[in-house]
Amino acid sequence: MMETLLLSRIQFAANISFHILFPTITIALGWVLLFFKVRYSQTGQERWMEAYRFWVKIFALSFAMGVVSGITMSFQFGTNWPGFMEKVGNIAGPLLAYEIMTAFFLEAVFLGIMLFGFRRVPNWVHTGATFLVAFGTLMSTFWIIVLNSWMHTPQGFEMRDGVAHATDWFAIIFNPSMPYRFAHMVLASFLTVSFLIAGVSAFRWLIGGRTEGVRVALKTAVFGAALLMPVQIFLGDMHGLNTKEFQPAKVAAMEGHWETGGNVPLILFALPDQEARENRFEIGIPNLASFILTHEWDGVVKGLNDFVAEDGTVLHPRVAPVFWSFRVMIGTGMAMLMLSWVASFMMLRRKRGVEGLPKPLLYALVGMSFSGWIATLAGWYTTEIGRQPWLVQGVMTTAEAVADVPAPMVLSTLIAYLVVYGLLLSAYIYVIFYLARKMSRGEDIGTRIAPAPAAAPNAIPAE
Amino acid sequence: MNTFGDPTIWLPFVFAGLMGLSILIYVVLDGFDLGVGVLFPFADEDEKDRMIATIGPFWDANETWLVLAVGLLLVAFPAAHGAILTALYLPVAIMLIGLIMRGVAFEFRAKAPAPHKRLWNNTFFAGSLMTSLSQGFMLGMYIMGLEWTVMNAAFSLLTAVFLTVGYSFIGATWVIHKTDGALQGKSVDWAKGGIWGLVLGIGLISAATPLVSTRIFDKWFSWPEALLLSPLPVLSALLVFALWWMLRRMPFSNDRLSWLPFAAASSLWVMAFIGMAYSFYPYVVPEKLTIYEAASAPESLFIILIGTLFVLPTILAYTVLAYTVFRGKATELRYD
Repeated sequence: MMETLLLSRIQFAANISFHILFPTITIALGWVLLFFKVRYSQTGQERWMEAYRFWVKIFALSFAMGVVSGITMSFQFGTNWPGFMEKVGNIAGPLLAYEIMTAFFLEAVFLGIMLFGFRRVPNWVHTGATFLVAFGTLMSTFWIIVLNSWMHTPQGFEMRDGVAHATDWFAIIFNPSMPYRFAHMVLASFLTVSFLIAGVSAFRWLIGGRTEGVRVALKTAVFGAALLMPVQIFLGDMHGLNTKEFQPAKVAAMEGHWETGGNVPLILFALPDQEARENRFEIGIPNLASFILTHEWDGVVKGLNDFVAEDGTVLHPRVAPVFWSFRVMIGTGMAMLMLSWVASFMMLRRKRGVEGLPKPLLYALVGMSFSGWIATLAGWYTTEIGRQPWLVQGVMTTAEAVADVPAPMVLSTLIAYLVVYGLLLSAYIYVIFYLARKMSRGEDIGTRIAPAPAAAPNAIPAE
Repeated sequence: MNTFGDPTIWLPFVFAGLMGLSILIYVVLDGFDLGVGVLFPFADEDEKDRMIATIGPFWDANETWLVLAVGLLLVAFPAAHGAILTALYLPVAIMLIGLIMRGVAFEFRAKAPAPHKRLWNNTFFAGSLMTSLSQGFMLGMYIMGLEWTVMNAAFSLLTAVFLTVGYSFIGATWVIHKTDGALQGKSVDWAKGGIWGLVLGIGLISAATPLVSTRIFDKWFSWPEALLLSPLPVLSALLVFALWWMLRRMPFSNDRLSWLPFAAASSLWVMAFIGMAYSFYPYVVPEKLTIYEAASAPESLFIILIGTLFVLPTILAYTVLAYTVFRGKATELRYD
């Protein structure tokens, strides 16, 4: 049973990690596309439409990847985690149902019109469809974050005969960690997209595709990232304080902090040793963790040893994965902050725009194209592994929910998923840069780009 | 909440109805676009592009009905969701990988370098085939009561083949409606070749279902139920004959009635589905768990129902809108 549990967890992690990559792009990219489209409608400038046309293809590709990997998620509950719905289905069920009904259909149906309907519907309907797709992805984010947050900070229910029953839907939806997690995730998506657009645009710029569309996309992305990064850091801090209040064991693991006490150092590096219950090779800044978490230099912070039951049962997560995921997220975030600020400064200096960016910086932007993915995944690993051993904090453990499927069966499907995901991820990244190269050579990339009717964007619905 | 009687009775019934409706819409809508994928090897390169264009704006929304169906199973009948999906662990995994392959191949084939297009076309076909076969297999296992025996697996392999042929049949009727010229002529031939799969499939399932369970046998072959139910097989037979008669004479001049085979094929699915639903009611896990035993708490179902009453008509309305925007013969897919 232990092996099945571990394999099922790895399989779920693999599926959801692969899945979240693509919503992370489409959530924000939908709004960015709407921005390009609206700017085009306002100004009639072709460069906005050029940017739209390139990025709508990346959107279509990402959306398809998100849809199909999302279908997998909806089956995983039943195939591997039947205990989850049996125990908390009365709460998780309606939230998932509302996600499907208010979001999935909206985005899926209007996606067709957004992608292929430009010549079949009036311009305003097309812009409207773009809005509804973007809105749909945001609604989807909302509902799924509500459910996920409820699993971290459950409230508004009572247990009857071992099954959770909803008593207060307002409390369930607006549970304590939801606003922070929702804002943190939406911003993460915008930052991921900013760095993707900046990276791919820098790539096109470097190989000679110096069009107005590339210029405008690169500028929008870099300035957007520079503005949003500090907001994200602030939100992340708020989310951390919220976690300290409701899930102190997670924060203790993030900090690698074993004993409860004051004057806690901020540990920069350590190898947490779960068996010895101590850190090895610890390097820290004295008192800083106390200050960050309590805003007092000698503030008392709970340690991991407080989360071991008297019979020895460990009620906190494994420390090393949480500790390290957290550091990867913070490190990547800091790199993103620095790069976006330096690049913005260079572009603003003497108003030189994209020409002001030196080559190494452009290469750095290309290298950081997928930095948002790394930070987002690391952040999710921190919070999700940080909730263990609980599946729903304080209500049910992950082990209680797992299906009694033979381990070899789980292993075989896991390997199949990993192979498919590895291939698809390579193909996805390859095709993005392939399209960018093709575009830079001025070749048709499958849309038959016709000179747009700049002055009369409404005169389109001819079949 | 008690205005309409006992909510532990009518709520599960309503949700079973909604779930049935989603499954039905799914097998018709995704049935045709899976079928188009299954027919891929029979088409040449240009025809493949046009076949993709017939389903391009729709496939995504079509698959959402599967998410809704399994979502309703999950939220309304959580115990059944677990029992059914753990029993069907492997075919579900194969179906999911198939769905992933075909969904992404759809995008990649248009965006990847030209030499890779063949590979993605094959991926699209393989994904569609895996999805259709595994759905047919699951249908067979469900009918046989979700017990893994050699006999049941053999039966399920048969239903897998027949459902796949059935999908390719409805896919062909869709291509008849959305195209013209040589490809339309070809798809008439495909439809003529595929209709037998559907007939055999429905026949096999109709024959097997009552034999598996005496309860189902009694539901069909007792008086006066047999008389009341007789329109189902009679209408189905008439539909098959009408389809065969039409297909032999198609395409009609001026492309008149090109939608009729698809409509008739869909009606045939509806008949088959009603028959299945009648057989299995009130069970959601065959002979083990009724919809009333498996249902979630009434207060949770009620809150979903309120949303459904508002949202479902909206979904149907904008689905109709999308099909209206892209009505008529499929034209080249273009983003601008």
